[in-house]
This record gives sequence, C-alpha cells and structure tokens, in this order.
Amino acid sequence: MDATVAQTGTEGKSWGGGNRPLNASYGKLMMWFFIVSDALTFSGFIASYGFSRFKFIDAWPVADQVFTHIPFLHGVTAPMYYVAFMTFILIFSSVTMVLAVDAGSKMQKNKVIWYLFFTIIGGAIFVGSQAWEWATFIKGDYGAVETKGGKILQFLDTEGKRVAIADFAVHIPTERTTHESQTGIWYDSEPETLTSFSFEEVKTGFLANENILIRTQYLDESGKQTVLSREESVAKLVTDGRLVVEGANLIRNEYGHPLFADFFFFITGFHGFHVLTGVMINIIIFFNVIVGTYERRNSYEMVEKVGLYWHFVDLVWVFVFTFFYLV
Amino acid sequence: MAHEHKLEIFRGLVKFKSNITKIWGVFLFLSIVTTVEVYLGITKPEILTQNRFMAMKILNWIFIILTLVKAYYIIWDFMHHRDETKGLRRSVVWTGVFLICYLVLILLIEGDYIFDVYKNNYVKFNF
Repeated sequence: MDATVAQTGTEGKSWGGGNRPLNASYGKLMMWFFIVSDALTFSGFIASYGFSRFKFIDAWPVADQVFTHIPFLHGVTAPMYYVAFMTFILIFSSVTMVLAVDAGSKMQKNKVIWYLFFTIIGGAIFVGSQAWEWATFIKGDYGAVETKGGKILQFLDTEGKRVAIADFAVHIPTERTTHESQTGIWYDSEPETLTSFSFEEVKTGFLANENILIRTQYLDESGKQTVLSREESVAKLVTDGRLVVEGANLIRNEYGHPLFADFFFFITGFHGFHVLTGVMINIIIFFNVIVGTYERRNSYEMVEKVGLYWHFVDLVWVFVFTFFYLV
Repeated sequence: MAHEHKLEIFRGLVKFKSNITKIWGVFLFLSIVTTVEVYLGITKPEILTQNRFMAMKILNWIFIILTLVKAYYIIWDFMHHRDETKGLRRSVVWTGVFLICYLVLILLIEGDYIFDVYKNNYVKFNF
C-alpha cells in the first residue's frame, strides 16, 4: 500500500481524509445546501421588492393601511394583528417540530407522533390564513380611482376617514353592450370583472358630495399620503380620473402601486407554496412514524431533515413579515 | 443525531438543564421579540420614525436588527446549527450572508438611482 498512497502530511487532521469533517450525514448535508440555495431564491425576491420600493419610495403603499382585517370581525380596523397571529402560529409550529426532533433522538415514538400532529395543524392554520388574506386583498374594501397616469386616488371624508365609493357614487341608468370580437376591435376582449360602479357614476357622486376629499399615492415628509383640498380634489378627479379600481390583481391595485400587489402575490405565494409542500412532507413523515419506519431503522434522522425544511419556512416568514408588513 | 446539545444561549448567560427547556426558552425569547416588533409596528412612535440613522428610519433599523436576531436563534437553536461543526456552519452562513448582502446592496443602490432619474428628469412614472 505504501507504494500507491502518497504521504501528504495531513493525516489525522479534519480534512486529511478517512474521517467525517462535517460530521453530518449525506441527507442532512444536502438539505442544508438546498436550504442555502432556496434562501438565495427568496432573497432574490425580497431584494427585488426592495428595488421596486426604492424606485417608487415616495409613492409606495403603507402596509398597515392595506392589511387591516381580521376574520369574522367586520368593520374592525386592526392593522397587523392577524399577520402577527400568523407569525405566532408559524413560530409555535416550529417549536412543536423541534420538540418532535428531540423526542425522535430519544426514540420516543408516541411523542414524535403528537408533536408532528401539532406541527401539521399549525401549518394548515397558516396556509388557511394566508388564503383568507389573499381573498381579502383581492376583494379590496373601499375602492379607488385610477388616473390616466396609472396612479391611485382614494377617497376620504373631511375628518380623514376612508370613504367607500359605494357610499357616495350614484347609479346612472345606462345601457352597456357586451363587447364581442365580431362587433368591435377583435383583439380587445370583455374585461373579466366589471367594477360595481363606472367612473362616471363615481365622478357624479363625488361632485355632489361637498365633504369628500382625495388622497393621492404620494407621501409627504412624515410618510403620510398627501390629502388634497376640495378644489384640488375636484380638479384632479375631473381632469385625471379614468377608471374605477376595486381590490387588487396583477395589473391594478386599489391600495396603491400595482407592483406592491404583484410582489405580495409572488412572495407570499411562493412562501405559501413552501408551507404547503412542508405540510405535505410532514404528513408523509407523520404516517411513516406511525407505521414505525424509523423505529425499525433505529434512527429518526428523517424527522430532523424534514424539521430543517420546516424551520427554514418559518425563517423565511420572519423576513417576509419584516419587509412586507413592518418596514 | 445522537450528538450532544449545547445548552447555553446568550454566550453562556442563560443555561438550560435539558434540550426541551432550552427549546421553550428560545420560544419565549422569540415571542417577546415578535411582540415588541408588532407593538412598534402598530404604534410607530414619532421619535423613531422622525429620526434617521444612516438615511434609514431608526424604527426600520430596529425591525431589521430584531429580525436578524430572530433568524440567528431559529437557525442556531431550532435548526441545531449550534451543534454542527464549524466547517458546516461557515459553509452555510458565509455563503448566504455574502451573496445576500451583495445582491441587496446592488439592487437598492440601483433602485435609488432610478428614483432620482424619475424625480429629476423627464420620465415621470413608469410601471
């Protein structure tokens, strides 16, 4: 053997060969490197959110005016509380996961089963909450008007409270013919959803109500949106208004810049997809534990590897929460 | 899997008797940090939003630092990074930290530059 093995002088050192310098199994190591690459994907998304926000830093929506709803409580304005609840759910499911890992390392099968069960429930509550939050965001609440330049005008009363367009718009009976490709411009199609009021109806209602003001997208020095005087509001709406916007989608957003909605759907959607896959993997592992796969294997390391993924999902949410809702 | 857990957090300031009590201790700490974040996010104290440090609101500095603190404890204690070898820790953390800082720096400088272009030149608003 001496003739074929070169002596390098590194024998016995951590990287000298023959031992396990990282002291981790193949599967665990690969999970870590997957997590690193996934972290880079998420930071790409969050950094590009930061890019777009810096690009429109003086006209970006304020998150706690957008996410103010709590399920089953209608008309209550409670910024942040529901998102905070979701954050706690996810942190708590992380705790039950790490307890499952700990029970696994002591080969306590029943404890692993219960802790994994609670983790799955927590994940399901989180995904459900996120679906509800999407639905609320898409539906919108007050409605707004988009200008010819693509900016959003929102309506306030003289005390500075938001007014829904449904509260002041008037119904003007009009005939509306459905757009068909053989009767009009062939490449233009009927809009998928029609707003409940047309721009003319909102404009007429606005001009009839003396005490409604317009708030623009632009932020003043203290970070609050600019509110126009009545004269300015009338001039702005009559010359620039073009279209009623209700709720948010990928093209229009009643809360402000459409990019805000795009990034919201993209980032929380990608994260929600991770949570969903995490829940599904947890369910698979859960049944494996029940049928005793890891008991026979004499090692619960699979629970630990899945746990790493689950904690990573929690970790990403910590950053999404800060950069989407707080900062 | 079977290797020992390090049971100290805060550089040895708090020591736990078992891994399970450590998990609950870290959970308590993360909950307190989150509560502080939510409280500041709802109240937004004037003194923290009106004053700036290095072009960023003090409040945002607090949020970002608290987030990094939370991230540290999630990785170190929930993901057991504290118990891994130095080589594994560094290959994971340094790669991520370096690439993310670089990306964020580049994109934010670029975004700020485009903001100035919109503000001072003829292009008004482009989406």
